[in-house]
Amino acid sequence: MHEVSIMAEAVRMAVESAQAAGAGRITGLRLRVGALSGAVPDAMRFAWDVVSRDTIAAGARLEIEPVPAAGWCATCRAEFACADFFNECPRCHNVSGELRRGRELDIASVEMN
Amino acid sequence: MCKECGCGLGGDDVKIGGHSRHHGHSHGHSHGHEHHHGHSHAPIKLDLNRSLMEKNDRLAERNRGFFKAKKLLVLNVVSSPGSGKTTFIRETAAQLAGKLRVGVIVGDLATDNDAARLREAGIPVVQITTGAVCHLDADMVSKAAAQLDLDKVDVLVIENVGNLVCPADYDLGEDLRVVLLSTTEGEDKPLKYPPMFHSAQVAVITKTDIAAAAGFDREQALGNLRRVSHHAEIFELSSKTGQGMQAWLDFLVKQRGEG
Ligand SMILES: Nc1nc2c(ncn2[C@@H]2O[C@H](COP(=O)(O)OP(=O)(O)O)[C@@H](O)[C@H]2O)c(=O)[nH]1
Ligand SMILES: [Mg+2]
Ligand SMILES: [Zn+2]
Repeated sequence: MHEVSIMAEAVRMAVESAQAAGAGRITGLRLRVGALSGAVPDAMRFAWDVVSRDTIAAGARLEIEPVPAAGWCATCRAEFACADFFNECPRCHNVSGELRRGRELDIASVEMN
Repeated sequence: MCKECGCGLGGDDVKIGGHSRHHGHSHGHSHGHEHHHGHSHAPIKLDLNRSLMEKNDRLAERNRGFFKAKKLLVLNVVSSPGSGKTTFIRETAAQLAGKLRVGVIVGDLATDNDAARLREAGIPVVQITTGAVCHLDADMVSKAAAQLDLDKVDVLVIENVGNLVCPADYDLGEDLRVVLLSTTEGEDKPLKYPPMFHSAQVAVITKTDIAAAAGFDREQALGNLRRVSHHAEIFELSSKTGQGMQAWLDFLVKQRGEG
């Protein structure tokens, strides 16, 4: 349920940058959400409608770009797709805990006019 | 940087239709040219590429600096509801008495039962009632900490809201994140909640006194913890019988000494 807090922060940041740019309305918002971020896209979408109501972002289109998790193998010096924090490199079978992507909880862009 | 007035505000990451703009309007001049021209605005897209957690992360760093200056060891204790956080914190405080002074910030959705239980044990405690919010954030912790006499505290323990999902993303400015797994829960909890278990520096298996009755598979639980929480120091203890508690207390004393 912390999606509500996260989306409230998304609205705050979007409104702040729109105001700084002198825009009156936010028409779109693009987020980047990692598979291992702990946030659930459906819950974020649901929260968005609630927290954007009564703001200049009301009714704006919300896009959520999912980011699959990727681990890093130091031996092969290569990334590999992973589902978890702790994974075996498919090439050399060494185990790596180094996550390169998948924890993202970012605001990518805001559209406004 | 702002091309209109050259004031130096605004990052190059913020661009509107190719022109840099201000991030904020903290300076005094007007931007009338942006508002009063006669035609309507074309839609503009602004690339931000900023973390939604940046405000909390900033406040957490501020807390960390403040706590460090106060020479506090700060723990963020997380688990599912009922894993034994409050009992564990109470026993830790009681057994550290005479060596280290413990203060507690406790987050709870509605009631103040936990705070009352700790207060009865003579522990200085501040309660944060989070209402519908399922996690503590750095701002709540900074406000709560201001209500404690931190000059009389060596170890500040934060009991987070009972939940293994939401608190994972929120840095509070702690030194150590301590995740609890009781023997009455499934051994596969670490696999089900990897972000939380992965982020912990300490993992504690609690309620070892009833492990047999609960049919707890110790080897499997340890295996899962080592797999997901692979940076974590692991303890196994019972807050009820005190079994295994000493290693944990020694660890805290050592951590405080090094901090
Ligand atoms: N047998 C046993 N029970 C425990 C232990 N620690 C806590 N409990 C019990 O577990 C229940 C939940 O504990 P509590 O500390 O309130 O958990 P919290 O919700 O994580 O704060 C209470 O009934 C405690 O008495 C333990 O080490 N052994
Ligand atoms: Mg409790
Ligand atoms: Zn490899």
